[in-house]
Amino acid sequence: MTSHAKPAGTVPAAADPAGTAALPQLAHARNPGMALDLDWVASARANSSAIARRAAQIPARRSLKGDWQAAWLARAATLIDLTTLSGDDTPGRVRRLCAKARQPVRADLLEALGLPAITTGAVCVYHEMIAPAVEALAGSGIPVAAVSTGFPAGLSPFALRLKEIEASVAAGAAEIDIVISRRHVLTGNWQALYDETRAMREACGPAHMKAILATGELGTLQNVARASLVAMMAGADFIKTSTGKEGVNATLPVSLVMTRAIRAYRGATGHKVGYKPAGGISKAKDALSYMALMKEELGDEWLRPELFRFGASSLLGDIERQLEHHVTGAYSASWRHAMG
Amino acid sequence: MTVREIFETMDYGPAPESAAEALAWLDGHGRRFAAAGAETFETRNPATGARLAEVAQGSAADVDAAVAAARAAFPGWAAMPGHRRARILYAMARLIQKHARTLAVLETLDTGKPVRESRDADIPLAARHFYYHAGMAQLMAEELPGRAPLGVCGQIIPWNFPLLMLAWKVAPALAMGNAVVLKPAEWTPLTALYFAEIAAEAGLPEGVLSIVTGDGSTGAALAAHPGVDKIAFTGSTEVGRAIRKATAGQGKALTLELGGKSPFIVAEDADLDSAVEGLVDSIWFNGGQVCCAGSRLIVQEGIAEDVHARLRTRMKTLRVGDPLDKCVDLGAMADPAHRARVAAMVAGTGGEVFTAPCALPEGDAFMAPVLVSGLEPADPLMQEEIFGPVLVSTTYRTPGEAVQIANATRYGLAASVWTENVNVALDMAAKLAAGVVWVNGANMFDAAAGFGGMKESGFGREGGWEGLRAYTRATEEAPALTAGAPVARPGAPRPPELDRTAKFYIGGKQARPDGGQSRAVWATDGRLLGHAGIAGRKDLRNAVEAARAAQPGWAAAGGALRAQVLYFLAENLSARGPEFAVRLAEQTGAEIAAAAAEVEASLERLFTWAAWADKQDGAVKPVPGKALAVALRQPAGVIGMALPDAPALLGLVSCIAPALATGNAVVAAASAAYPLIAAEFCQILDTSDVPGGTVNMVSGDPAQLMPVLAQHADLDAVWSFAGQDLSEAIEAGAAGNLKRSWCPRGMDWGRSNAAEFLEAATEVKTVWLPYGA
Repeated sequence: MTSHAKPAGTVPAAADPAGTAALPQLAHARNPGMALDLDWVASARANSSAIARRAAQIPARRSLKGDWQAAWLARAATLIDLTTLSGDDTPGRVRRLCAKARQPVRADLLEALGLPAITTGAVCVYHEMIAPAVEALAGSGIPVAAVSTGFPAGLSPFALRLKEIEASVAAGAAEIDIVISRRHVLTGNWQALYDETRAMREACGPAHMKAILATGELGTLQNVARASLVAMMAGADFIKTSTGKEGVNATLPVSLVMTRAIRAYRGATGHKVGYKPAGGISKAKDALSYMALMKEELGDEWLRPELFRFGASSLLGDIERQLEHHVTGAYSASWRHAMG
Repeated sequence: MTVREIFETMDYGPAPESAAEALAWLDGHGRRFAAAGAETFETRNPATGARLAEVAQGSAADVDAAVAAARAAFPGWAAMPGHRRARILYAMARLIQKHARTLAVLETLDTGKPVRESRDADIPLAARHFYYHAGMAQLMAEELPGRAPLGVCGQIIPWNFPLLMLAWKVAPALAMGNAVVLKPAEWTPLTALYFAEIAAEAGLPEGVLSIVTGDGSTGAALAAHPGVDKIAFTGSTEVGRAIRKATAGQGKALTLELGGKSPFIVAEDADLDSAVEGLVDSIWFNGGQVCCAGSRLIVQEGIAEDVHARLRTRMKTLRVGDPLDKCVDLGAMADPAHRARVAAMVAGTGGEVFTAPCALPEGDAFMAPVLVSGLEPADPLMQEEIFGPVLVSTTYRTPGEAVQIANATRYGLAASVWTENVNVALDMAAKLAAGVVWVNGANMFDAAAGFGGMKESGFGREGGWEGLRAYTRATEEAPALTAGAPVARPGAPRPPELDRTAKFYIGGKQARPDGGQSRAVWATDGRLLGHAGIAGRKDLRNAVEAARAAQPGWAAAGGALRAQVLYFLAENLSARGPEFAVRLAEQTGAEIAAAAAEVEASLERLFTWAAWADKQDGAVKPVPGKALAVALRQPAGVIGMALPDAPALLGLVSCIAPALATGNAVVAAASAAYPLIAAEFCQILDTSDVPGGTVNMVSGDPAQLMPVLAQHADLDAVWSFAGQDLSEAIEAGAAGNLKRSWCPRGMDWGRSNAAEFLEAATEVKTVWLPYGA
């Protein structure tokens, strides 16, 4: 953290009305993208059975006990994009979530652990909930992320999808989670995928773009590898697995493919792209496996909210219970922790 | 370190597994496993140097006692219904699972391997072998009719996978009804001693399994013991060779699983990151102290730099440390002396050495992972087994060249091929000279899939149905091989009507003996039938050369074509049937009717082998997970054989035809008593579309010829059906390149003995093909 002007994920010393100074992404240069390199895309390989074996080893090879587990779980809380994406979201519901984002873990537990106050990485909502979220998070430094571009299917008119981004940025979203057109991946139309995603990145302007690949709908890990490369070439700041609405969401094998693509892209361009697994990660133990994967495959920089987020809603509850167990030695219960 | 500090650094911390139960078990034995007053040695924890226990140094008398106990227990155990044995093996499997944690920790204390590996690989696979073979005990009576246990098996196992190697050896032996005397490695005796308690708890009758601890001298005493019917050894090629020599001529069955220098081929269209991870599973599994470790990286030239760069990056995140820590990738090496030997080998290389910048714990048994790149195949590090965390690397241009480099070694245990092109992968898998080939994978094992080597990596398979052959024999004893009685020179020889000179048949051509010597063959009525050449070393050399050149084409011809050739051979023999009957009768003194019947039987035998040529199936093994484990039956290669004296024609056909049917080339020494029968038969070969060089025939004294063949390094197997027992010279000679040898004492030539011949004429190659979209 020492190399960064302002530690992301911790509460800023002074309130910043615009909320930009604490934007975690400001710690490193944004990925500007590059021209579409079809040779590179075509050469991407992902052997799913070998990848499954490696993915199965990650939780087995790395084990965190005692204080290390507690510290890593507290770190995990700062990496969460606390999310509500429901048809029945209301400003009240979003305010409650934002309050939780400001204080994801009970203060007495943090104190017992000797940790500073922490926040989650962001709050993630639909466009109509941006305004109440921005208001509720004012001064916290916590960015608001909005899902966009006809989320979750991404099949609304292209022009409207771009307008939706612009509207969300105008409404105060600092991060835009776009969905890619799965049909372009499934038909191998990489040029179309690149052009669309590139236009979305331009529409995002200063807001950071997370490209949701909807990996559960791409059919093969090879497609995931190729779509990851195209999204990064098109200028994605993060690549993200899932909307949470597909049949299969984040998995370790998919994460391995996407992080390897990030490593290859960094090797070729020097640019660091973030990673966000989303959907299906609800246990503290699972979160640790994902974090071990990031540390192993990409390094410690990918254990900060600038470059890594969990898209999750129920994960935080399990982290809180595990942390209380660590402090008290007794197993915890969900009602002992504030609702989000 | 405070939580706050860890929260910032995001380091890993210690994640130690408790050694309390394992140490309590050792304490319960007073840290001593020996009779009062017995000579002992220390077994130490290589990670700390701490003494774990005193263990008996097994003496010759101890081996005697164990063999005597096994001999006494064997009849009862063999006679026990398979189901009763199955129950005991099942209990062993369950007990291994119930004691899994203690066993895993004990294994790690004794070997220094990461507890993650003993927990996730060694112990579960050991249990799996007992489950699998409990099933074999259950099925033996129905599925293996005509097979009986061998008797007392001496088993000698290495220090790299102590309990797992015990399971690989003990489970099939017990399942088939054998009694066992097992000698664990000197450095790592503890889990075997623990297992002895498990066996007793499972209800194994006393004496059926004995564990004798000790050093190499104990193993040598066991191998040489006359009361042992079979030796199974896993360990170094050097010791395997010594055992082959020591047991030569003793009539003991032998299987050897020896060293390796296994190739790991990475093509430019592979998933390179996954291939790098495959190398982690290959060469840094158990610190590279694995006989089948993918220790030779053979990477396509255009991507070599890329792959080396990815490897170096990956190596930086490997963690070397306390083997009991669940968060380490490499533990201690098995012994400080072994670590020093490996380090010395690396120190002498001219290649580019990259040593992973890992933090190493205190102690003299830890070694960081090493990559040595820029080596040519001629470099000693590319040739010699290092048996440590050292990967060596060279490059190739084409798939054909990759296979050529891969096969340019004395070893033939395992190979790994990485490409996304299934066509190329299967082509390479077929051509690699290795007992196991993993496609886009490494170090995959299962009890259902055979494992074992070719060339100087040994012979015999462990696991699967094929592994049971090593622990059974035919129930019925075959009639002994008999020597022929050639007609002696009569007092008043009758000259031939026209002089006949039988030549050798080498490379599809008639060849005169290099030494220019021959001997006369007489008919029972005193006629001089002709002369048969006496072969020398050079004739054999020429014959092996011809066979080596012909064998690949004959194997590639395929079973259907080989069947046609064998039918055609029968057709042509039939056309000269009456003449062969006369020749048999006049040389052997048989009645003409009996000789005619032998010709008929020979025709039938040719039909049997023509039938088999396209019917020896491989198998797809039911291994866990998404993978096909395909057991291919591949020809042994070039087989040297001494043909039987009697029955001269039927015996010849019964030996040569199975070798031909399965795609081998043959160098045969004709019957010493009746060499002209073989010479006549070569004329039939010559007119039957058998490609030149596929069968090569010489004559002479088998006692002179067979040792030369047995020692020939370019021969893959040697069989003897000669009338005299040549097994000692053949088995001792075969120790040179560890070729397979088969010197049965008896054979019922009235039957095809298809199972035995198919087994001897082929090798099982297990090709693992994991799949997934």
